[in-house]
Amino acid sequence: MSFYVYIAIERKEAILDPSGKAAEHALGSLGFSGVSNARIGKLVRLKVEAATAEDARHIGEEAARKLLSNAIMEEFSVIEVTDQPHLSAGAHA
Amino acid sequence: MRTRIVQFPGSNCDHDAHHAVKHVLGEEDTEFVWHKSESIGDEVDLVILPGGFSYGDYLRTGAIARFSPVMKDVIRFANAGGTVLGICNGFQVLCESGLLPGVLMRNESLKFVCKEVYLQTENNATRFTSTVTKGRTLKIPIAHGEGNFMATDEVLADLESNGQVVFRYASKHGEIDRGSNPNGSLNNIAGIVNKEGNVFGMMPHPERACEIMLGSSDGLAIFQSLQASFQHVQGAHHFVSEAA
Repeated sequence: MSFYVYIAIERKEAILDPSGKAAEHALGSLGFSGVSNARIGKLVRLKVEAATAEDARHIGEEAARKLLSNAIMEEFSVIEVTDQPHLSAGAHA
Repeated sequence: MRTRIVQFPGSNCDHDAHHAVKHVLGEEDTEFVWHKSESIGDEVDLVILPGGFSYGDYLRTGAIARFSPVMKDVIRFANAGGTVLGICNGFQVLCESGLLPGVLMRNESLKFVCKEVYLQTENNATRFTSTVTKGRTLKIPIAHGEGNFMATDEVLADLESNGQVVFRYASKHGEIDRGSNPNGSLNNIAGIVNKEGNVFGMMPHPERACEIMLGSSDGLAIFQSLQASFQHVQGAHHFVSEAA
């Protein structure tokens, strides 16, 4: 079966994210008060052939560990495994 | 000094390194190795991973080049004590491959910085810096968007206490201050060597500063140090064979 595995990659909290800071300042000047700590990361979507969704998740995690993220500065999480090429939140938007 | 310069798709300082070693230094046996090659060849003294934008810097700088076929052999060579010099993108590849600790992040300013900087030589007891007087500042250009060296506190403490920090960004007079740091690197780090002393990475480009007509010849000292280290090894080897 084919699954779409969505992986979010973020910089670790302790690491400065200058692009997030720049976005945060721009939001502040647009009047978004009460919005802070903007962090800009990456979203990777993989199409994975696997027997079950759980297997697909494991393959996604392995890919993130080996290549897609760098454990020194980043953390990753598989945020969704689905048979649709979009996030479930996106389907309702 | 049998030198092999790895070419990744997107390398763009490969010919500069070749020119510096072959024509300025006068080392005849200097060849390119294509990244698809599974071997760097036999009887190699020095491998250079040059600057550039391997694989378009996609994902993270150096992250994809690190899995090029040739890198398996470069890693084997390094683990067997072979001498590896990574310049700019080459330094990023060395960090991604785990041959050097830490990571090079986006410059703090978010800007690509291309200018001449001064480097303070912190350790001249390496095969990469043996001809540089300790404390002498070198004028060498940088050209990168991702040179902001970062490591965990433990790794950084290790690097410092082992003398693995070879170069720091400094003022013209050698003061290591915030104003001389072009990218936000921890402790103004510009170049580090591994614990064993055979793998060295630096963000500045010594190959672009080997001739006065280019504005500085201070980078030549790094290639001359390497040349001297191999003459020494060859000399020692010769002596041993004669004695035997």
